[in-house]
Amino acid sequence: MSAYRFTVNAVPVEVAVPGMRRLLDVLREDLALTGTKEGCGEGECGACTVLLDGIPVDSCLVPVCQVEGAAISTVEGLAPDGQGLGPLQAAFLETGGAQCGICTPGMLMAARAYLDAGGSPDDDAIREAIAGNLCRCTGYTKIIEAIARAAGGGPTRSAADAPDTPGGTSR
Amino acid sequence: MPDLTTRSEPPGAIVIDPGTIAPGRARAAAPLRREGPAKLTGAAKYADDLVFPGAWFGATIRSTDAHARLAALDLDPAFDWASVVVVTAADIPGENIVSSIKSDQPILVPLGGEIRHHAEPLLLLAAPDKATLRAARGAVRVRTEPLPPVFDPLASEHVFAAYELLAGDVDAAFAAADLILEGEYRVGHQEQLYIENNAIIAVPSDDGGVTVHGSLQCPYYVHAALKRGLAMDDRQARVVQAETGGGFGGKEEYPSVIALHAALLAGKAGRPVRMIYDRHEDIAATTKRHPAIVRHRTGVTHDGRLVAQDIEVVMDGGAYCTLTPVVLSRGAIHAGGPYRCPNVRIRARATRTNTPPNGAFRGFGAPQTEFAAETHLNRIAEALDLSPLEIRRRNVYVPGDTTPTGQVLRDSVAGQEVLERAAEAGEFERLRGRSAAARAGRAGSGAIPGSPLRTGRDRVASGVGLALAWHGAGFTGSGEVKLASVASLELTADGRIDILVASTEMGQGTKTILPQLVAGALGVPYEAVHIAAQDTAYVPDSGPTVASRTAMVVGGLLIGAARRLREQVEGATGGTFAGTYRDHARTHGALRVDQRFEPYPGVGFDDATYRGDAYPAFGWAACVASVDVDLDTGEVHVRDVVAVDDVGRVIHPILAEGQVEGGTLQAVGYATIEEIKLRDGRYLNDRLATYVIPTALDAPRITAILVEAPFAAAPHGAKGVGELPMDVGAPAVIAAIADATGSWIADLPASPERILAALAGVPAVAPLPPGASEPATAAGPDSAAGPDSAAGPDSAVGPRSSAGPRSAAAAEPGATPGTSPEAGR
Repeated sequence: MSAYRFTVNAVPVEVAVPGMRRLLDVLREDLALTGTKEGCGEGECGACTVLLDGIPVDSCLVPVCQVEGAAISTVEGLAPDGQGLGPLQAAFLETGGAQCGICTPGMLMAARAYLDAGGSPDDDAIREAIAGNLCRCTGYTKIIEAIARAAGGGPTRSAADAPDTPGGTSR
Repeated sequence: MPDLTTRSEPPGAIVIDPGTIAPGRARAAAPLRREGPAKLTGAAKYADDLVFPGAWFGATIRSTDAHARLAALDLDPAFDWASVVVVTAADIPGENIVSSIKSDQPILVPLGGEIRHHAEPLLLLAAPDKATLRAARGAVRVRTEPLPPVFDPLASEHVFAAYELLAGDVDAAFAAADLILEGEYRVGHQEQLYIENNAIIAVPSDDGGVTVHGSLQCPYYVHAALKRGLAMDDRQARVVQAETGGGFGGKEEYPSVIALHAALLAGKAGRPVRMIYDRHEDIAATTKRHPAIVRHRTGVTHDGRLVAQDIEVVMDGGAYCTLTPVVLSRGAIHAGGPYRCPNVRIRARATRTNTPPNGAFRGFGAPQTEFAAETHLNRIAEALDLSPLEIRRRNVYVPGDTTPTGQVLRDSVAGQEVLERAAEAGEFERLRGRSAAARAGRAGSGAIPGSPLRTGRDRVASGVGLALAWHGAGFTGSGEVKLASVASLELTADGRIDILVASTEMGQGTKTILPQLVAGALGVPYEAVHIAAQDTAYVPDSGPTVASRTAMVVGGLLIGAARRLREQVEGATGGTFAGTYRDHARTHGALRVDQRFEPYPGVGFDDATYRGDAYPAFGWAACVASVDVDLDTGEVHVRDVVAVDDVGRVIHPILAEGQVEGGTLQAVGYATIEEIKLRDGRYLNDRLATYVIPTALDAPRITAILVEAPFAAAPHGAKGVGELPMDVGAPAVIAAIADATGSWIADLPASPERILAALAGVPAVAPLPPGASEPATAAGPDSAAGPDSAAGPDSAVGPRSSAGPRSAAAAEPGATPGTSPEAGR
């Protein structure tokens, strides 16, 4: 067992745990940050998505030894100064992007990464960005609407993909 | 919609005409989701987020046999058993029964007892840490004596429930029909796949009781199960709902099992025990949607009017009864679809197999039978060369029509309205004309061997499909009367308004719409109304959070309670409730109003004869789906869905749309990719890597349109929304695939394997009946022997016959032209 140092939501932390302990467990159990959820434990559902140096990762698949020196961001760090809701969270609340809420923290982190990379309100691009995050409640419609709103507009669709042109190719 | 949060008058009689359309987009006045901020910041506490100092971790040792005698549970003497707690059936203080409709399911199989399904609980363990727990698991040996299993629901002789609905003279009507068409439809298991797995934590209390905290839909179901299994009284057993990450019916009955297990361990350990399922255990052991085999024989006139329906429904209940009789009942009542037909015979039975028990899942039997009804009607339309829209116009229920249980549909009948809205918004006829032209073009361009419809320039075939459904609002028959739910409203001594109900929030918006309704009835701001925790120590039994009943039934009770509270306060103070209630409470103390369910006027059902008003009202839904089918790979992409749902009265547009959108995607998954494969009664794909649900890339663009045909006997007109969209999505997608390819898929899901087989005109690979397991000794996936023989004399009309269900029409005497696969193209 050795000590690992990294930051979580810009706060330096040091944990002395086995190197193969899942980042998810370190966050939830050792650091009491239970906002990050476990849905499958095998990297399929994305509920445990956090940002590792800005990149969305499934924290159930990341051993803590791999985050030495890294910057981790979780849902608890999304609100400005830890208070209220940030613009992305507010967009989810207003559009109905969160129902049961269990996929929401991971979905928010995937969306955060998309927006931080300059993501647009484009419907297809948003779908691609959250394709690794499963939601069983919403049909994704209002999640996409929320991310598009946070990106500065309603969801946009390219003309070739309009509903009256069913001859288009599969995505 | 009126702004319920600010208007000063209680909602009176509903004056919206049936068919009034609510805009499909959010309207400004709706309040924000009450618990939304907690969910969006990570502050919301789901079961596994709760911390109980000193808690141990629990685990379940399960059977690996589908059917066997439990001979012994051997504990390896090399392991230090003093370091853990072991619970067997011998430790159960009360009855070894999971309380439900029948008393057939044990909490743990006793020594010498019968194991009836794979993954059945046999022994429980708790340990202070996960490593010790893992070691203990490895030190338990289960010894069994195998018994012969039954996997085929058609062959099983153990019947959980059976119903027969009769109307008119079916045999005479068939004799007079212009066309008779038969078909057989099969649907398999579907996993609810809430993203939060089942999770319960039990905490022993000083009085010998237990408090369980968990992810669950129905606190009082769990409460009843704890009392019976642990021999506790009302106060010793306490159930507290944690934030719940989705349910969809999957947390209706199974949490009782987990709560009993956790409580037994906690009682013996004398400390809290956490029973948190991982995804594998959750899929392998907990309930699924019932597989079903539905056979239709339908007589119609030349102009497409239904004159006779003979329908047989067989559901696979799995190893224990659970809620199967009620699932079957709803499935049977909905089996004819929302159509007028004077002569109907519906025979339904659910049988026992040695597979894990099936249970509640959004739609509760109706999605299975309505998929069959809708697909069959579409095939009738095709046989008659009628538009799917036109045949529905000619048969859909209108006010004054009578259902097979003898229920006269008086008001709130919106089948026509949702049908026309969906056809219009989905541009159904225009797109259908386009795909017909494309099919005609392909037909002349020559086929490539092995891919019959593929041509050089045309890999993707597009199609559009239509489906219509009804869904009974609330409990079936006399269920609501027997339940006699109570919802309460309390004005506390310090002037706070509290809603007291056991109705749970699991994503649908209970904690938002109930305060909305109460605020409207009291004439106070939304923010002034609070909702108490779903804790059986404090809230009355307002019934289970199921059957789309919360908005309609519990919402209605709360409006009644609010009106009485308002009258009391205003009568005492002479002022408005809003202006006087705080002072009144501080002066006179707390005031509580309990509102008990009373039957809706004029609504009655006789369980013995199965006649009467099966539901107080029905919701109506129509769906237009557009798909692309890859003719090389058989992959289906559902591009667009227009879903039109009549929910009686929209309480919160954003939440209601969210229900329609989410239910629609679950139905699309059911139609296209969600499938459980079994071998020897075990689910083969019992992980999220292998049981797949739609991602954002798989999901269609969904346009939700809400229709309001209010239910006059409810004070607010609401009929419920949760389950309705689940009934129509799958048949619309299957119709769209047929529109694209000319082939009908009668066996859900329309997987690439089934589509390619249908295109090639050969039986699908691994033609197993849903829910039936392939014996290990079977000749392999190509063997037609086992399951086909089970289908008996009707196998000629089954989807596994070489030309699929279409052959049935061609084989039927009296079939009109236009029934062969090529005709009408």
